[in-house]
Amino acid sequence: MTLTVETVPTVADAARRLGTGVRYLGGGTLVMRALNYGDTSVSTILRSSDPALTRVETSGDRIRIGAGVTMAGVMASRDLEALHPVARVIGGPAVRNMGTVGGNLFADPPYGDFAVALLVLDAMVQVEGASEVPLERFLGERRGLVSAVTIRRPERGAFRFRKVSRVKPKGIAVLSMAAYLPGAPGRITGARIAYGNMGPRPIRVAAVEQALEGRGLDAGTIASAAGAALQGVSPQTDPIASEWYRREVAPVHLRRLLEAQS
Amino acid sequence: MSKKPVQFRLNGAERAVFVEGGQNLLDTIRRGLGDTSPKWGCGQGTCGACTVLIDGQPHLACLTLAEAVEGREISTNAGLGANGLHPLQQAFMDHFAAQCGFCTSGMLMAAKALLDRNPNPTRDEVIEAISGNICRCTGYEPIIDAILDAAKRRAA
Ligand SMILES: Cc1cc2nc3c(=O)[nH]c(=O)nc-3n(C[C@H](O)[C@H](O)[C@H](O)COP(=O)(O)OP(=O)(O)OC[C@H]3O[C@@H](n4cnc5c(N)ncnc54)[C@H](O)[C@@H]3O)c2cc1C
Repeated sequence: MTLTVETVPTVADAARRLGTGVRYLGGGTLVMRALNYGDTSVSTILRSSDPALTRVETSGDRIRIGAGVTMAGVMASRDLEALHPVARVIGGPAVRNMGTVGGNLFADPPYGDFAVALLVLDAMVQVEGASEVPLERFLGERRGLVSAVTIRRPERGAFRFRKVSRVKPKGIAVLSMAAYLPGAPGRITGARIAYGNMGPRPIRVAAVEQALEGRGLDAGTIASAAGAALQGVSPQTDPIASEWYRREVAPVHLRRLLEAQS
Repeated sequence: MSKKPVQFRLNGAERAVFVEGGQNLLDTIRRGLGDTSPKWGCGQGTCGACTVLIDGQPHLACLTLAEAVEGREISTNAGLGANGLHPLQQAFMDHFAAQCGFCTSGMLMAAKALLDRNPNPTRDEVIEAISGNICRCTGYEPIIDAILDAAKRRAA
């Protein structure tokens, strides 16, 4: 198998080059792993040196995160402070220096923790040459070259995240959960809840969001949210945990996430 | 098969090497340049035995595309000990922090990145810094003690 590497100057060039056998390389933590293990579906590795890919830019209440920003890059950005606790629990230090935000959107379970966090921040995905699409929709298709993800600047204290792993400090997630609860502990408007590793891709959990919307974060609300924790969710059995186990623990972790002091 | 030239600094020395399409940095350093200090462990980034520093930051050489390090500065464990034992290497010896030794190179590079950034780390910071490196012999405690001791000796 011959493999060629092509490096193109702009994201637009990269988008034009995508096609059968062409694999875009972000940080490479998943692409290179596949190559090391004999993935023969790749004939061309595509890279772009476009500086826009690694920039974090703020305008008004929107923050644009270049797809090539690494987890370490997220942790170095003051504008992305709310997301520091998320980036910090992705892999070990070396993985965080390499793995990118763009790559995380394509990571299959047990990965994709960053995408879970982005889901509750109403992230929009900029696919090169197309209009922005909501992340939730993008995750169902996962096509095209992603140039950036934009989020709304989170309201202080409204964002919460929890990655549940059995190995500490760097374990793979049994599941991960994110919440965005503007107004809590008072009346919540615009509740967002997302899960990772509770199915084939990160998902929003509408039933829990409805249980929280318009209510204060008191014991009764938390109980009804926990009661709705598994509605519309079909977790998988994999080497990390069984479906049964995920069903047992997800409501407990949701409750803890909601009870946590922000 | 077409090969491409790649040029970078390895432990301070300018090096040039031909790489095959898709070749990883670990292969390039070990087979191409003969520095066998970074180890091939799992090939999937999980074990950390291939950890090298790129521009001072820890990276997994097995998951790094060789062509991506053009013009950059790579440091490996072989460079650490170039002028006698590095304080970290000495501390690893004194604390019996290596048994089979397979993880040691990667551990040392992860530890070096930490101490370069934070000369006086807490125990938790050390644990975090080596969290991407697996050791199957020591149970980690001697490694953590060695890194903390190296930091103390440097400060003294
Ligand atoms: C040891 C280890 C531990 C890990 N731990 C975690 C963890 O705890 N949590 C977690 O979420 N992940 C984890 N990962 C997985 C992975 O490192 C991250 O998901 C990372 O964010 C992937 O990004 P990348 O840039 O390395 O992806 P790459 O390997 O570069 O790419 C992955 C896929 O995405 C595509 N892609 C990348 N960027 C773009 C783009 N801009 N546009 C279109 N397609 C693109 C690639 O073509 C490829 O198909 C771990 C990986 C390793 C090796």
